Amino acid sequence: MKIVAICGAGIGTSGILKVNAERVLQRLGIEAEVTAADIGSIAEVADDAQVILTSAEFVDAIGRTFADVIVVQNYLDTSEIETKLEAALG
Amino acid sequence: MPLPPLTAKGVVIGAEAKDWRAAVRVAGEALAETGSATPRYAEEMIRMIEEHGPYVVIAPGLALAHARPGPEVLKDGLAVVTLRTPVPFGHPHNDPVTVVLGLAAVRADTHLPSIAAIANIFNDPGAIAALVGASSVEQVLDIMGVDG
Repeated sequence: MKIVAICGAGIGTSGILKVNAERVLQRLGIEAEVTAADIGSIAEVADDAQVILTSAEFVDAIGRTFADVIVVQNYLDTSEIETKLEAALG
Repeated sequence: MPLPPLTAKGVVIGAEAKDWRAAVRVAGEALAETGSATPRYAEEMIRMIEEHGPYVVIAPGLALAHARPGPEVLKDGLAVVTLRTPVPFGHPHNDPVTVVLGLAAVRADTHLPSIAAIANIFNDPGAIAALVGASSVEQVLDIMGVDG
């Protein structure tokens, strides 16, 4: 499974999201590749992604996609990420 | 996993900022002080927020200000700014901000381990309050796990 974390620059916030998503996936026993990327490269990186993790600001820019778009409010709250990932994947 | 380089020069305690731009500028000045970025980098960080919105407020009270790697970044670095008065960034859930981190990265792909170190510190729900309560640079460095 492929999961993409999207932010504006692809270096800071999406990195935090990637790290915490990986923790949650490990806890859930789900194998997935999580990539951090900037919104400008969404077309290439999210083409074959099942899940896109991001914040509300980027939902419009992500546009039409087959992936589940998950909006995360608190990037440091792994239980929020866990609940939302479980709902999307389960 | 080491943090992006953080030194005493990168720490500002109890900064006065009248709005979010001023708060980000304090973090930018601190990054310039440490030699991680040019003074113009602050404006790049502000531009990211103007362009994409307040998504850098990644958790209640915490902003991770940063811009893309580019000519304004001189070397990897981190700044930690605590605000005397909390400042709204316009985030629907995580306002107001009390701690601003400024991040400068030379390359996007190689610095993920250091981002993980930031996540490690702030996954502790008490970390932000501890930083806000810190009254010395040494205390801040200690909370961040850096030897002063």
